[in-house]
Amino acid sequence: MADLKLTDVEKTYGGTVRVLHDINLDIAQGELIVFVGPSGCGKSTLLRMIAGLEKITGGELEIDGMVVNDVPPSERGIAMVFQSYALYPHMTVRDNMAFALKIAGKSKAEIDKAVAAAAEKLQLTNFLDRLPKALSGGQRQRVAIGRSIVRDPKVYLFDEPLSNLDAALRVATRLEIAQLKEQMPESTMIYVTHDQVEAMTLASRIVVLAGGGVAQVGSPLELYEKPNSEFVAQFIGSPSMNLLSGEIVGTGEMTTLRLDEGGGTITSNYPSQTSDMGARVHVGIRPEDMLETSSGDFAYHGTVEITEALGEVTLLYFKRSAPENDPVIGKLNGIHKSLRGQDVRMTAEPDKVHVFLNGVSLLYRDGNVFLPGVQPH
Amino acid sequence: MSPVLQGAITILVGVGGCIGYFYLANLILDKVIFPARRDDAGRNINRANAVRPWLFLVPAILALGLYLVYPVVGSFWRSLFNRGGDEFIGLDNYISLIADEGFRTAFFNNFLWVLVVPAMATFLGLLVAQLTDRLRWGNIAKSLIFMPMAISFVGASLIWKFVYANDADIGIINAIRASAGMDVLDPLQVPFWNNFFLMVILIWIQTGFAMVILSAALRGIPEETVEAAIIDGANPLQVFFRIKVPQIMGTIVVVWTTITILVLKVFDIVYTMTGGNYGTEILPSYMMSYMFRDDGRATAVAFVIMLVVMPVMIWNIVQARKEMH
Ligand SMILES: Nc1ncnc2c1ncn2[C@@H]1O[C@H](COP(=O)(O)OP(=O)(O)OP(=O)(O)O)[C@@H](O)[C@H]1O
Ligand SMILES: [Mg+2]
Repeated sequence: MADLKLTDVEKTYGGTVRVLHDINLDIAQGELIVFVGPSGCGKSTLLRMIAGLEKITGGELEIDGMVVNDVPPSERGIAMVFQSYALYPHMTVRDNMAFALKIAGKSKAEIDKAVAAAAEKLQLTNFLDRLPKALSGGQRQRVAIGRSIVRDPKVYLFDEPLSNLDAALRVATRLEIAQLKEQMPESTMIYVTHDQVEAMTLASRIVVLAGGGVAQVGSPLELYEKPNSEFVAQFIGSPSMNLLSGEIVGTGEMTTLRLDEGGGTITSNYPSQTSDMGARVHVGIRPEDMLETSSGDFAYHGTVEITEALGEVTLLYFKRSAPENDPVIGKLNGIHKSLRGQDVRMTAEPDKVHVFLNGVSLLYRDGNVFLPGVQPH
Repeated sequence: MSPVLQGAITILVGVGGCIGYFYLANLILDKVIFPARRDDAGRNINRANAVRPWLFLVPAILALGLYLVYPVVGSFWRSLFNRGGDEFIGLDNYISLIADEGFRTAFFNNFLWVLVVPAMATFLGLLVAQLTDRLRWGNIAKSLIFMPMAISFVGASLIWKFVYANDADIGIINAIRASAGMDVLDPLQVPFWNNFFLMVILIWIQTGFAMVILSAALRGIPEETVEAAIIDGANPLQVFFRIKVPQIMGTIVVVWTTITILVLKVFDIVYTMTGGNYGTEILPSYMMSYMFRDDGRATAVAFVIMLVVMPVMIWNIVQARKEMH
């Protein structure tokens, strides 16, 4: 049983610089939680507070139902894998992995068994007597993971473990971590990353941190399909969601919207109240949900300025009437180079049209949504 | 001519001469010997570039030869002659050295110095570097400990003469003894232990050196390896001895051997404090005591010192090179 509970956790540096506040999270045993967020939002800080490397200046952290705010790192039942691997350079792979057990005073037989098992699991058996400097980046990362496995911790903490690897190795190691998680269904993992693909593929739930707080927590698809705010909507997914200004012109189970640019109307699955009639909103449509249309119901109408044909898809960049706005992007299946310079109308299915009132999704208007007040990228 | 003016002129002539040499030598090479003109242009540029390094090396090689190699060979040659330098006596100087009680004492004492001073200075330097690392006033403490480095050995000895003074009103050692009701004594005359009292002075001076270098090395240790060790359950002592010290072992060895080499050269402290009396002689001061009286003997001692320093020196250079890569 290793569940984590964070209650109103806060971090201030030097009494004045508040980098995290009101962090409330319930993490169940066996989950793989991924922290994402813009650079400098406090992901590493939060992870290090859970590890015990950083003092918790407010709120409570419980592991297994026990408050561990003042428990030293080694007694929290956690293991951490650092971005820089943090292997002990003067010790062989074997000694790196055995260090924690030696400190804990385990018998030699026990240590050998644990190290051998971990090495086996991570295909490190042939490297046990090498020093870290004689290993490749991927092998070092595996040693770092092995070092945490031998301790058999309740919670694994990863701080951007793959960011120092090249693209191909990153994919391979990501799969290894996914397999590792499958082999150890009962252990909890918390994983910090910048990489959307890592977050979407590994996570059982994603925590979006921004502006010192939690913007949204949910399964990857929940965040993708039902972002609670413009911030999360634009943060998850690449290229980010298009946001277009408009007005509510029809309310009810479905909402009808008229867009400022191009003057088209479009329907969204989001419900609205009668009092919303005439409200100024942002309409959000993901590039991959944009469809070409010739009908009068369209979301956007503009001239294609640039096309990027990537083979499987083509990205269309539209000219905006106001140049300070981000370009509207459409992602169409197949190759459509001929659309460059053309006037194109785009629309989307009603269930792909998101509506944000004052930055908050209409779906979450009754909830307590934290708006980070920073740009997503 | 005033000495200041003389000094200034010397500096000007020296520096100007160096600049002039390199400038003119280059000019002559490029314009006169291998001019880059007409058909030969390409070949001449290559030839000039092949010669150029030697232009820069030759003065250094000559100077090193004159001031380093010649004295070594010359000293060895001189050590094979008698006191007056007019009679070749082979290895007699060395043989009588070994037979001399004073030489053996000096050799043994020097052995003690080499054993104790580098070890203590490195150990204390490491300790101070680690303890002051995170303190807000750590830098003040470090500057104070570093300061003796700026004092000459003779100056330091004078300061410590006061500490060891044979008078309860001046020397702190005797003041403490007096307050405990003990008799006044001269620490520098306590047989055997007086060696250690002298070593304290050099340790006092060299701890600052060790501290500065080791402090920089400690800062170079990746913070994450320390954090990983903390998560692995290591206590502060284990972090220090099993994670930090091994990572800076190369630097520790370099500091250690550098101080060792220094120890084998220092004569000022013994010379100033006891003049080598009361059984405190060490090799360099023993050599000094023969200098100008019996140059054959003195050069023989110098040669012995060189032979003792050599292996340490080679080891030091090898380690320092390893550190660089
Ligand atoms: N000692 C400190 N004093 C004051 N502020 C600090 C201190 N350490 C970190 N911070 C601030 O805390 C914030 C969070 O830092 P953190 O390293 O957790 O960000 P991050 O989300 O991990 O960023 P990245 O994605 O770039 O790794 C940053 O804005 C940083 O400036
Ligand atoms: Mg970080």
